[in-house]
Amino acid sequence: MHEMAMAEGIMDIVKDYAEKNNAVKVHTISLLIGEMTGVVVDSLEFCFKALSKGTIAENAEIKLKNVPLVGHCNDCNWQGHIENYNFFCPHCKSGHMDIISGRELRVEYLEVD
Amino acid sequence: MEVSVMEDILGGNDKIAAENAQIFKNNNIFALNIIGSPGAGKTTLLEKTIGKLKKSLNMAIIEGDLFTSKDADRIASHEIPVIQINTSGGCHLDAAMVQKVLPQLNLAELDLVIIENVGNLVCPAEFNIGEDSKAAVLSITEGDDKPLKYPLIFKEAAVSILNKVDILPFTNFDMASAKNDITCLHPGIEIIETSCQQESGIDEWCKWLENAVKSKQNG
Repeated sequence: MHEMAMAEGIMDIVKDYAEKNNAVKVHTISLLIGEMTGVVVDSLEFCFKALSKGTIAENAEIKLKNVPLVGHCNDCNWQGHIENYNFFCPHCKSGHMDIISGRELRVEYLEVD
Repeated sequence: MEVSVMEDILGGNDKIAAENAQIFKNNNIFALNIIGSPGAGKTTLLEKTIGKLKKSLNMAIIEGDLFTSKDADRIASHEIPVIQINTSGGCHLDAAMVQKVLPQLNLAELDLVIIENVGNLVCPAEFNIGEDSKAAVLSITEGDDKPLKYPLIFKEAAVSILNKVDILPFTNFDMASAKNDITCLHPGIEIIETSCQQESGIDEWCKWLENAVKSKQNG
């Protein structure tokens, strides 16, 4: 249940950016959630709903964008979706693969008044 | 009005983790974060590790536990510094919890701090606490399918310990399959088979740990 900690993280960011932009109401919170993260979305929404009660973000809609797990091979420059969590390069079999995306837990943007 | 943000949700934790990492660095300490399911054998592995290494390394243990001090009491009986963090139901340690207790340790005298996380393969993998490396402990009875079911911890860990290998003959655990899955998830990861009961693999594990401390201290 680390979704509560994540909801707290989202709330902190939302409050910070709402204040900076003199917002009175937060309507939408857009999140980028990587494929290789352990987030239970229903739990996250539940926790956020509880936390945001009585705040500027009460009843805000949470929009989720899933980010696919993409790797880049440092040896042959192959880049593509990592299938079945196999981080050996499908092209040259090298194990020198960097993660390009898929680990995001990020607030992308807010819609505010 | 749309406001662009692009901030990491766990950015607050990452910031404190970076401060912890700097504290460890300033004191020439290698910090290890041990993660595994309840009952995987984390505390027993630590007890065996302390027995082997306490003469050659100055070490301290931080014990994460939901409510009790049972694990910390076991460690304390080995006469090395141990600090208990109770998360009161929280499923993982975070960087702030660790930072809060660090002043209780005589950091200048230490080479190695091992932090035993709350028993859980999911949540602790997402929260850096300022460690140099994570170790993932998986016991044979949990099943060979677990690395792919809980991929993040095996991706994040520098070393994976497959514990309780003494009971392999009584299970359908496929060692080759588990090792293959772990290696595919994390090419180059160190995999060490141990049985804490029979004390097998402990020397290899302690050697890995000693080398990790040495390479940190030699910069």
